[in-house]
Amino acid sequence: MEKRSADSQVKGVSTGTTILAATFKGGVVIGSDSRASMGGEYVSSKTINKVIQVHDQIFCCMAGSLADAQAVTKAAKFHLSFHSVQMETPPLVIAAASVLQEMCYKNREELQAGFITAGWDRKKGPQVYVVSLGGMLVGQPVTIGGSGSTYIYGYVDAKYKPNMSRDECLQFATNALALAMGRDNVSGGVAHLVVITETGVEHVVVPGNKLPKFHNE
Amino acid sequence: MAAATMMPYFGQQMSSKTELVPDWTGQEVSTGTTIMAVEYDGGVVIGADSRTTTGAYIANRVTDKLTPIHDRIFCCRSGSAADTQAIADVVTYQLGFHSIELDEPPLVETAANLFRASCYKYREELTAGILVAGWDRRKGGQVYCVPIGGMLVRQPVSVGGSGSSYIYGFMDSNYKLSMTKDQCLELTASALSLAMERDGSSGGVVRLASISEEGVERRVLLGDQLPKFSTH
Repeated sequence: MEKRSADSQVKGVSTGTTILAATFKGGVVIGSDSRASMGGEYVSSKTINKVIQVHDQIFCCMAGSLADAQAVTKAAKFHLSFHSVQMETPPLVIAAASVLQEMCYKNREELQAGFITAGWDRKKGPQVYVVSLGGMLVGQPVTIGGSGSTYIYGYVDAKYKPNMSRDECLQFATNALALAMGRDNVSGGVAHLVVITETGVEHVVVPGNKLPKFHNE
Repeated sequence: MAAATMMPYFGQQMSSKTELVPDWTGQEVSTGTTIMAVEYDGGVVIGADSRTTTGAYIANRVTDKLTPIHDRIFCCRSGSAADTQAIADVVTYQLGFHSIELDEPPLVETAANLFRASCYKYREELTAGILVAGWDRRKGGQVYCVPIGGMLVRQPVSVGGSGSSYIYGFMDSNYKLSMTKDQCLELTASALSLAMERDGSSGGVVRLASISEEGVERRVLLGDQLPKFSTH
C-alpha cells in the first residue's frame, strides 16, 4: 500500500523546519523559519532562530532534533575558533562544514541532525555546503532542507539562477521560505535571513505579516 | 514473496532462493505519479507523467493516466493502478447510464460525486487519489479533487500523486487567476517537468489535454521537448 505521507516517504524522520542557503554574485544568503514543534501538534517556540553563527563569516542552519543540533553546533563553534587561532587566519567555509560532518558521521547512530553551512572566505568566496543526516558532505550553489523543503523543490529548481544580484537572491529566499511555510504545518513564524559577503554580515528578519502573499491567501 | 529456504546451511550456498526472484515481483503496481489540473475561463487543462512502477521496476513508461469518463470529462489517476482503473470503469458506466437517462451531457460535479461515493464507501480497501476535470454547460471548466479517503473539494488548480509535494511551492507562486489556455498548458508542463526531475516514481513523457466546449485536445511532450530549468 502506498501511503502518501510526504515526510515518511520522502525524508525519513520529520525534521519540522524549512532551511535554505543560496549563493549569489559576491555572497550567500542563508535562512530559516522560526517554528519549533513537538510531535507536529504543539508549537513549542514561535520565534526560535535556527541560523547559528559559527564564525565571523560562517553561519549554519540546523534541521532535525534541535537538542542534537545545538549540541553539535556548540562543539563545532569551539573547534573552529581553536582551529582559527592555530592557523592564524579565519577558517575556510569547507573547514566548518567538515567539522560538522565529522561529528555527524562519527555519531550517526545517536544523532538526528542535518546542517546547511554557508559563508564567505578568501580562498573560494561564497560557498554553501550541506551535511545530511548520515554525515555526507556536498557543496552546492543552492540547497534546501527540513520537512518544508519538499514543497519548494519545484520552485527552487525553476527560480534559482547562478550569479543573481543580492536583492534578487534575498527575494528568492524570502519567497521560497514563505511558500514552504504556507504548505508545511511544522514550519512557520518569521523568516530569519542572513546575508554574508566579503564586507560582512547582515541580518534580515521578515515577520509573518510582511511575508509575500500568493494567490490562495 | 519467495519463502525463506528450509534447507540447513551446508557450507557454501550458490544462491539463496530469494535472489532468484527479484524484489519487485512481490510489490503492488503503483502509479506513484504526478498529476495536475487547472481551470481557465472556458475549460480545463489536465496533465500527468507516464510512469507506472512495481517497486523499483518501471512496469509501463508510457502510461496514459488521463482517462476519459465522458465526452468532456476526464480523470487523472494516482495511487494503486488496479484500484484507480477499477473505479474509473465503474464511474464511466454509472455516468454513461445517467447521461442517457437525463438525455443531456452530464455535469462534471456529478462525475466527481460518483468518484467520491466509491472512494469513500470503500476507503478502507482503496488507495486512490483522483482529479476529476472537465467542461459542462452549467459551470464551465471545473476541477474537483478526490484524494485518498474520499473527500471532495473543488479547486481552481490542483496537483496530486507522490510528485506533487515538490511542486506546491512552484504552483502557489506561479498560478494566477484568469490565465489563458496557453498559460495553463505552459504552467502544467513546467510543473510536471519539475516534479519528474525530483520524484523517482514520476517520469517518462508529459501527457497534456485541454477540455472545452469545442472538445478535447491531447498532446504529448517527449523527453527532449520538456521545459528545461537551470538545475545544478
